Amino acid sequence: MNDETGHDHHHDHDHDHTEPPPDPALRVKALESLLIEKGLVDPAALDVFIDTYEHRVGPRNGARVVAKAWVDREYRDWLMRDATAAIASLDFVGRQGEHMSVVENTASVHNLVVCTLCSCYPWPVLGLPPAWYKSAPYRARAVADPRGVLAEFGTLLDDDVEVRVWDSTAEMRYLVLPRRPAGTEGMNEDELAGLVTRNSMIGVEHALAPGQGT
Amino acid sequence: MNGAHDLGGMHGLGAVGAEPESSEPVFHHEWERRAFALTLACGFLGQWNIDESRHARERQHPVDYLRNSYYENWMAGLSTLLVEKGFVTREEIQAGRSLHDDTRRLDPVVASRVDALLRRGGPVDMPPERAPRFAPGDRVRVANNHPLAHTRAPRYTRGRLGRIESHRGCHVFADANALGERRGEHLYSVRFEAAELWGSAAVARDAVYADLWEPHLVAVA
Repeated sequence: MNDETGHDHHHDHDHDHTEPPPDPALRVKALESLLIEKGLVDPAALDVFIDTYEHRVGPRNGARVVAKAWVDREYRDWLMRDATAAIASLDFVGRQGEHMSVVENTASVHNLVVCTLCSCYPWPVLGLPPAWYKSAPYRARAVADPRGVLAEFGTLLDDDVEVRVWDSTAEMRYLVLPRRPAGTEGMNEDELAGLVTRNSMIGVEHALAPGQGT
Repeated sequence: MNGAHDLGGMHGLGAVGAEPESSEPVFHHEWERRAFALTLACGFLGQWNIDESRHARERQHPVDYLRNSYYENWMAGLSTLLVEKGFVTREEIQAGRSLHDDTRRLDPVVASRVDALLRRGGPVDMPPERAPRFAPGDRVRVANNHPLAHTRAPRYTRGRLGRIESHRGCHVFADANALGERRGEHLYSVRFEAAELWGSAAVARDAVYADLWEPHLVAVA
């Protein structure tokens, strides 16, 4: 490791787990080369995994679910009753979305999703989680200080709003159904989907107001 | 296990420091793309399950777990599993090339199968062998267990009083699955009042919900 700061404070014990690791890029390259040489990994398959979650599966999927729920009461009811089936009806299915639960924000309840133990997240509707969702500070604080976390995102709630934090400790995956913003009565589903941010579906922010959208 | 991964309630870690949603890339470095894809490609070899995969990351020294970035922890877990299952040796990982011909061989997941595998996913619901022990509204306490192996009952819930919010069905019990035993147990959403978890400084009306399996829970009269 290229470490100009010299040795760190762990070196007084004789455990190799406390050695600073070498550059992760080099280690990953070495592992990839090894696995390809041993025939355990198909390089073309790696590209498909990456392309799928970098370009094809992401939070626009979830935004379509939310916008549909906002305009279609029957769909909203189905989503609350059987989220897995209602989401699958839009063809958002598969890994890390096998068992879905939708939690709805209202005037009196605000929902927030976390995975304190790792990084569980509903891939088919939101794609891969952002770095902050996987970070130690978010995982530590979302359950113990949710209002402090929300304030960091600029989301201030009235004291009479109940905050519900959903810790994804099993294979249930959570999608927040944010509140439909005021002043959107005349908007169609596509326009509404433009107001639905990834962060609003994790619960750290509200959906955008009309005019803030993309 | 009471590892560094069990972060709920830890202090001193600082601000969340989120990048703006509109400008954050899915991957921040090329090696993260490769680490992600290698983990999935090897996972689909079918030689370990998702709970073994989580446990392999958690078993690192806590200093390493907390110092590593996210995908470095994925690499550490993947390397551990590949070595333990006999596909590569530590020396080969260091060298970045094959040094032994006697490691286990398997056909790789080919590109044409990836879409179907991802779409199928890995459902964990199972037929129940008995009726659920708890019903919505029941008061329960999380067993005060500290297993050395993998568990999905976070430390901050242990010994705490909660209420069954809903029955999720019978799901593969992660704690056993990490040890290679695939068996179903009833899964529940359990509501914990914030003050029960965090004391009187918490906002009284707030709550945390966790999904816990029947073996994690003790009936409260």
